[in-house]
Amino acid sequence: MEKEIFKYDNVITRNFLVATVIWGVIAFLVGLIAATQLFYPDLNLDLPWLTFGRLRALHTNGAIFAFVGNAIFAGVYHSMQRLLKTRMASDLLSKIHFIGWQLIIVSAVITLPLGLTSSKEYAELEWPIDIAITLVWVVFGINMFWTILKRRERHLYVAIWFYIATFVTVAVLHIVNNIELPVSAFKSYSVFAGVQDALVQWWYGHNAVAFFLTTPVLGLMYYFLPKAAQRPVYSYRLSIIHFWALIFIYIWAGPHHLLYTSLPDWAQSLGTVFSIMLIFPSWGGMINGLLTLRGAWDRVRDSAVLKFFVVAISAYGMATLEGPLLSLKNLNAIAHYTDWIPAHVHIGTLGWNGFLIFGMIYWLLPRLYQTSLYSEKLANWHFFIGTLGIVFWALPMYVAGFTQSMMWKQFNPDGSLLYGNFLETVTQIIPMYMLRAFGGLLYLIGATLLVINVVRTIKSGKLLREEEASAPALAKRYQKEKGEYWHRWIERRPVTLLLWSTVVILIGGAVEIIPTMKIDSNVPKLEAVKPYTPLELAGRDLYIREGCNACHSQMIRPFRSETARYGEYSKAGEFVYDHPFLWGSKRTGPDLHRIGGKYPDSWHYYHMKDPTIMSPGSIMPRYGWLMTNSLDFESIPPKIQAMITLGVPYTQEEADDAANIALAQAEKIAANLNNDENIEVLPQDEIVALIAYLQRLGTDIKTVE
Amino acid sequence: MNIIFLLLFFSLLIAVAFLAAFLWSSNSGQFEDVEGPAMRMLREDRKKQSTNS
Repeated sequence: MEKEIFKYDNVITRNFLVATVIWGVIAFLVGLIAATQLFYPDLNLDLPWLTFGRLRALHTNGAIFAFVGNAIFAGVYHSMQRLLKTRMASDLLSKIHFIGWQLIIVSAVITLPLGLTSSKEYAELEWPIDIAITLVWVVFGINMFWTILKRRERHLYVAIWFYIATFVTVAVLHIVNNIELPVSAFKSYSVFAGVQDALVQWWYGHNAVAFFLTTPVLGLMYYFLPKAAQRPVYSYRLSIIHFWALIFIYIWAGPHHLLYTSLPDWAQSLGTVFSIMLIFPSWGGMINGLLTLRGAWDRVRDSAVLKFFVVAISAYGMATLEGPLLSLKNLNAIAHYTDWIPAHVHIGTLGWNGFLIFGMIYWLLPRLYQTSLYSEKLANWHFFIGTLGIVFWALPMYVAGFTQSMMWKQFNPDGSLLYGNFLETVTQIIPMYMLRAFGGLLYLIGATLLVINVVRTIKSGKLLREEEASAPALAKRYQKEKGEYWHRWIERRPVTLLLWSTVVILIGGAVEIIPTMKIDSNVPKLEAVKPYTPLELAGRDLYIREGCNACHSQMIRPFRSETARYGEYSKAGEFVYDHPFLWGSKRTGPDLHRIGGKYPDSWHYYHMKDPTIMSPGSIMPRYGWLMTNSLDFESIPPKIQAMITLGVPYTQEEADDAANIALAQAEKIAANLNNDENIEVLPQDEIVALIAYLQRLGTDIKTVE
Repeated sequence: MNIIFLLLFFSLLIAVAFLAAFLWSSNSGQFEDVEGPAMRMLREDRKKQSTNS
């Protein structure tokens, strides 16, 4: 058959690759700063935009969407062209995708430190950016499917399937979890509330790990590992089974993030069962990866690329065994809310994602630049320093998590808590936080070696912008018959069919189901639970702005060790007006669900001004700007109005008069605070609203205790 | 807990979409050869680069 000559676009790959390196270093650096603040809080220089609560979101978004995201796109654009034997369908769409994605990252770098956040983990970006993400994602999808349709290779190599699954699932997850009602240009409320919002969030959160950090990276593994090892994947049959088994099971595992919460028990068990099942496809994939190197292990000694891949795949195996184990209730009761979880996550991100990406960069870059890597030795150094970094990151956190959890649960013989002061359990593990930061530093040093290698390699070579290739055209399989039904025509276009049916069902489902999510059909309603006052709601938004939920949970599990420490366990019905939910997922500080009424207003004032006044040794940052910033009371009425739209039972009068109602409450609290001779506050100071919110937390049902 | 129906709906939707994709790929012979593709992807279709060391 006649061969067609065409050219691969290497520029788009190069662009994404360089972006990966730049954002990677930034994400690691922000992570290191945040980690250091946990034992040296002064590092935030008392600047709002450098505090842990805000930086944490910047770090996670940077690592996931900027570092891994750009790497995925680099790998996808490179491998897809070659696997499908065609150039990307549209250079223009490729460019829009690249520039759009970078602009989204830049907007995240600006908005997250400013405290503009929706508070939902890994989906913190506010609604205008959410829309931009959707648009850019669609551009990526069109470009990808169009390229698949143009392919010269009939068979879709398994990597392509992983990319398709990524696109489809992330699109649905992103849209569902970010259904929110805008209040202003950069403020919105989730349309879901409380336990429902929590379930949507962790359905998203878990699958973001599954379909953003796992499936696309597996696609990269199935392409770059055989290429680098110069031998076919151990079992192509196994890779196909790996793919289909993984995508069918993954989507059901989300509820394991909500064990021991008010989620119905059967849903929790369902999540656990599917999580355990996940071991099999995951380990099938790991074994397939490692066995691809059978008979080539001697080359691992000489090749930094293969070394990175081996550790990455091993980390994948470890994390995907640990994950299912953590979804068992008995283990989860220990590990949840502790540093064990960040340790688990970082085996996945530093080991699996990071090392696979580093290996890919070292393999790909010299080929794009028609040269050899500047220094193989430097790459080997990167490997060893990086590996040590992972060890120093994860091991202390395992120890810290286990230690702290055991301390939380330790009782005296008389039945009282042995470590009744939460702070004791924090100061105990501070040395572990130091070691963890050291691990992060090592990882960052490794990454700077990568930067040197990348820069020198680029300088020594010349980018092969257009790479010529040839392949026979794909023979047309079908001939259109006269008078055939339109739907037979569409059946022959499975991709088109898949896309359009998804779109149609998405719209239909959204129209049909979202209106049923109203509060009255929600969860067991508790008569005593009332909506927040306007001032409390404003205070709650400050809580969200400062990212308090990054370190404090609002979900007391039904364990004696928790009810003894915090009070009555949390009920689903208490959260029905919480748009969004603020349960948190980590207790670097104590749970706050029953903090209301526990301390006087002045305690909170001093504590927020400088936590060490009330709790010597505390690692919480100072929030001095809350004492000087003024709350904009005029911003409150639209918020109440939005809550009415979402079904929260405020009256219209309350919405119209919200500013005055809030001011009246603020004046009362301020007067109370000013009784203390060392305190001088104005009613409009932000701290007043925050105290109003904190003093309300968990108090609605106190009477039933 | 109506939200469970929403999530079940979207999860099933994704599962059904993948099932359709699987049936299509299986019926159209994507998996008839489970050896060749692994070999073919290794082949470089790029013209020999003299600068490549």
